[in-house]
Amino acid sequence: MNEPLSMPKAVLDDLIALLRGEGLKVLGPVANDGGVTFAEVRAVSDMAVGMRESQEPGRYRLSAGVAGEIFGVVNGAGSLKPFFFAPEEPLLEVQRERRGFQVRETIPQAPRLAFIGVRACDLAAIAIQDRIFLHDSFRDTHYEARRKDAFMVAVNCTRCAPTCFCVSMKTGPEATAGFDLSLTEMEDGFVVRSNSPAGDAIVAKLRLSAAPDDQIAAAQARIGQRAASMQRRLDTSDMPGLLYEEAENPRWNDVAARCLSCTNCTMVCPTCFCNTVIDVQEIDGNMSRRVRKWDSCFSLEHAHIRGINFRPKIHDRYRQWLTHKLASWIDQFGTSGCVGCGRCITWCPVGIDLTEEVAAIRAQRGKR
Amino acid sequence: MTPYAMHPARIIARRTETEGIYTFTMRLLDAEVRRSYRFEAGQFNMIYVFGVGEVPISIVSDPAEPEILEHTIRIAGRVTGVMAKWKVGDIVGVRGPYGNGWPVNVARGRDVVIITGGLGCAPVVGLINYIFRRRADYGELHIIHGVKTPNDLLYRERFDEWRRAPRTKVYLTTDHPDKSWHYKIGVVTELFDEVTVPPSSIVMMCGPEMMMRFAARSLRQKGITDDAIYLSMERRMECAVGLCGHCQYREHFVCKDGPIFSYHTVRQRFGESGI
Repeated sequence: MNEPLSMPKAVLDDLIALLRGEGLKVLGPVANDGGVTFAEVRAVSDMAVGMRESQEPGRYRLSAGVAGEIFGVVNGAGSLKPFFFAPEEPLLEVQRERRGFQVRETIPQAPRLAFIGVRACDLAAIAIQDRIFLHDSFRDTHYEARRKDAFMVAVNCTRCAPTCFCVSMKTGPEATAGFDLSLTEMEDGFVVRSNSPAGDAIVAKLRLSAAPDDQIAAAQARIGQRAASMQRRLDTSDMPGLLYEEAENPRWNDVAARCLSCTNCTMVCPTCFCNTVIDVQEIDGNMSRRVRKWDSCFSLEHAHIRGINFRPKIHDRYRQWLTHKLASWIDQFGTSGCVGCGRCITWCPVGIDLTEEVAAIRAQRGKR
Repeated sequence: MTPYAMHPARIIARRTETEGIYTFTMRLLDAEVRRSYRFEAGQFNMIYVFGVGEVPISIVSDPAEPEILEHTIRIAGRVTGVMAKWKVGDIVGVRGPYGNGWPVNVARGRDVVIITGGLGCAPVVGLINYIFRRRADYGELHIIHGVKTPNDLLYRERFDEWRRAPRTKVYLTTDHPDKSWHYKIGVVTELFDEVTVPPSSIVMMCGPEMMMRFAARSLRQKGITDDAIYLSMERRMECAVGLCGHCQYREHFVCKDGPIFSYHTVRQRFGESGI
């Protein structure tokens, strides 16, 4: 990583303009409908400046924060996932012909994207999705077309939500991989680091000066404080074995009584990848699109085949989700499926907290 | 190209096995795709019905003739409901082959025990045909098949034909016999008392998970270890390439890690509800 540079807050507008000038669509955290999502920004003023959010299990509120603070909101329901793994997109167009049919692949003509304000946990999540969609035995061409050459401006967390537990998952609060530039926001400006040739090229154009040692030290100290003060923890020891062994733990019944099987956790999760493909026919009946949509292991049909539902009860489906996320994911992809972003806790309508569930399973280990 | 793209194939023959079960013979239209297509006994294709959807179907024809693909389809749902109407000459979609095959090489030279239960287990029909075409390569063949009622016994003539073949024993049983039934009565595992096989045998199974679990337990008493038992698993397979998440069984994606597993690798919690 190159030496840290100092960037006045006003220069962030220049960075956005530069990226836009190179033809990239720039997205940043934008306040919308009481939450924050990544959406197109033309200037810093489009972003959720001077705002903070409060999060707790089952609750999210956006409010005025600290004047001038650009990245005061830690995260919202939306991660980067929908930009690369589209919630709904056609994969193929099948055109009926007099004898048979023609198959045409509908690769998205996606603009090159630049994201500003990506948290370390979400970068880790993208690395996990890359592993699934790009580095498995089959390569997903649609994900690849959207994901290719995306420019990432990370923001190191100097604030965290009470639902965050990235320290336990070893993904944050500081971005260490998968970004082009990282920013640490201080009252007097940003400490900027470049982490790629593309990042180097951009900062060269911004003509930034080296960050003074005391600013670097202050920024590092603030990230360190966040890590130290993070209260929520998930004990990942004995994974994946713990959840395999504890399939009969009584806690699964307890959580199943609270879980609504609403699928929210899987929709906001930045790594959940279950999907289904449906046929959508044109009204003339001569063309049918194979459309991929996000699916969820909480849906009743997820494990259903004619005559048998392998996971008929909420108990089975919650257990599948958590066991997959924290245990079998490790066997499948060499990494946990959880990055500690806390979204599934915040956006659960009944406030189920996976860190609490794992702790309870652990406490009742061996019980039936 | 996306792994989801299917290839047009023409139906060149249609055979009714019994009411609601049909075998379609297909040939891929594109000469190049057809030439490069290879499969192993036990693998499956995704078969596409225009405008409706796809279903995973085991290939029952012989891998030595990969230009001909036979699929036995049981009419059960929305997609297969359309397949029931398919005629010779119709063009359908095929992509594959997917998954792994039966351990036919591991089994070479050994006695083979094939255990199936329930309605028309297509994956083992392909396997039995495979062994018969290479009969000298294998030892004694034991085919054990259990059905709930005599009406569920498909391919009755085929079982009788196999029974007459040399070095082959066929055991049939039903839970609920009627007057037409002149085979055994009871569940599959009760047949095991009369099956004598050496511990070096290899076992291949397909059917309800509970049946397979009890079968594995009985086989252990005959000295056959779990790693000599292979079974074909059934889960919802939508994408067939390990990207859609539906067919997970613990750490396995049944579509790409299976559908055939050594019992040794899946026995933990096997057959339990909700996994």
